[in-house]
Amino acid sequence: MIPEQTASFHVYPLGDAAIVVEFGTAISEDVHKKVRAFAAYLEKNRFPGMIEYVPAFTTVTLFYDPWMVSKLGKLDAYQEIVHTIQQIENKVEEIELPEARLVEIPVYYGDEFGPDLAFVAEHAHLTIPEIIDIHSGAEYLVYMIGFAPGFPYLGGMDTRIAAPRRSSPRRVIPAGSVGIAGNQTGIYPLETPGGWQLIGRTLVSLFDPQRQPPVLLQAGDKVRFVPISKAEYAAYKSHP
Amino acid sequence: MSLEIIRPGLLTTVQDTGRYHFRKQGIIVSGAMDTFALRIGNLLVGNSEEEAALEITFAGPEIRFTQPHLIAITGTLGTTYINNEPVSLWKPVFVPKDSVLTFGLPRTGCRAYLTIAGGLDVPKVMGSYATYMRAKMGGWFGRPLQAGDILPCKEPTGYTHKLNNLVKTDAQPYVQATWGFASRYYPAITHEPVIRVMRGPEYDHLPEQSKADLWNKSFQVSTQSDRMGFRLQGSKLALNNPVELISSAVTFGTIQLPPDGNPIILMADHQTTGGYPRIAQVISADLSILAQVLPQQTIRFKEISLTDAQQLYYQQESIIRQVREAIKLRIKQAQL
Repeated sequence: MIPEQTASFHVYPLGDAAIVVEFGTAISEDVHKKVRAFAAYLEKNRFPGMIEYVPAFTTVTLFYDPWMVSKLGKLDAYQEIVHTIQQIENKVEEIELPEARLVEIPVYYGDEFGPDLAFVAEHAHLTIPEIIDIHSGAEYLVYMIGFAPGFPYLGGMDTRIAAPRRSSPRRVIPAGSVGIAGNQTGIYPLETPGGWQLIGRTLVSLFDPQRQPPVLLQAGDKVRFVPISKAEYAAYKSHP
Repeated sequence: MSLEIIRPGLLTTVQDTGRYHFRKQGIIVSGAMDTFALRIGNLLVGNSEEEAALEITFAGPEIRFTQPHLIAITGTLGTTYINNEPVSLWKPVFVPKDSVLTFGLPRTGCRAYLTIAGGLDVPKVMGSYATYMRAKMGGWFGRPLQAGDILPCKEPTGYTHKLNNLVKTDAQPYVQATWGFASRYYPAITHEPVIRVMRGPEYDHLPEQSKADLWNKSFQVSTQSDRMGFRLQGSKLALNNPVELISSAVTFGTIQLPPDGNPIILMADHQTTGGYPRIAQVISADLSILAQVLPQQTIRFKEISLTDAQQLYYQQESIIRQVREAIKLRIKQAQL
């Protein structure tokens, strides 16, 4: 399958009911802005057969119903979708993006809450306190929400503390775990399996179906991690 | 109008066709593993395709109907009993008040769907009835059914009333329609199903040997498989070079390759995005077959083009449309 190349992005299929629109091959704020603009356009301009879209670091994946898009099997659904996306390309420039919010997340680093902190330090040839300083010293940009409800993929991590994903995912990772995978850092909103290296834990709830809105963070927000002591963690636990 | 759960079975959950429009917030689609069976089941009892039904996994529950109900059971093929009498699957069935539904182990497949005229009366959460177990939301209190649960049902449509007039609803042990979903259209659940897949975006990261293994070897679905994903065992696949991908969306049927070389097929409860290479993608039309595969069963993969995959998608939708039209006609003629 040869991707369709146009001026500012290229597209390729993800199965028979989704298409990926790729705005770049590396993570950057510039690519992120294009992703957000394209997503914002889709949000306001739904078309028949469009189901939903998922923005990510460099891509927007558009899920569609081939049956509807092909006019009940009369046309080629994929060709139609590619054509629709090419039409959108020129309109993305005109979209205004809202201001970013800053959200602080208190984290207890290490011990049983960060079982992979030592591995991350060893991999980086740094000490554990250095890893904590570097991880909590940056302001992160929420590039995307995905993988689990309200799970933020954060950009802006210092590459000195990068660590590969685990070769086999853990079957259970507790909610609130803070981890590293490659050049990315993130927080697990729910107990779920996963392959990230875990360095700490927070008690802030990223997803609560009873809360409005249920998801705390959104793409475009800024996040800062604040290291806390075990006593502060315990106090937070009793009075969130 | 309600269902009383006497025994819950291995894993019985409320599902529908899925929770859409929230994937961008990381909220998974969930819904039926075998949406084809659920949609047909709903049509058979005069519902719209999206109504809530019970997904029954392998060892079925024991359920008492507190009122006369029109029901259908689709999905697996096995022996199902109403008031201890075997009953046909993929057919509308009238069950009198206080009837008890029980299941033998399925002969083929492992997921059955119980649809009820009117649908189950559970709240919609974010536009869907589907149970999202990890987030404890949707369905019946966000959890699998337990003994003692009493699930209310919605008032059935005019269709049921029409059919009601045709049968004595107290007829024991039950009354089944003379018609149903034709067996020649059942998804082909075989001993070792061949699952048709398209190449995934990272297919070309596989060396020649791994590509050959993907198409020529069989893979066993491991016991560590669930509604979220099927872990496969067999030939370990490799990548030309280890690759840390930038996370991007994944979907039902995406085949990921973690570094340990054992592929994972994402299923109904899959996460919304992932970072493992996406080596292949199961076509929509074959997801129903895959959903019926048991742990320790083996499967094979066959390559198919996007164009052919979409043609098969249209065929499956056409079948569903024909069923919808045929049932409309039955209702018009009040035929049971």
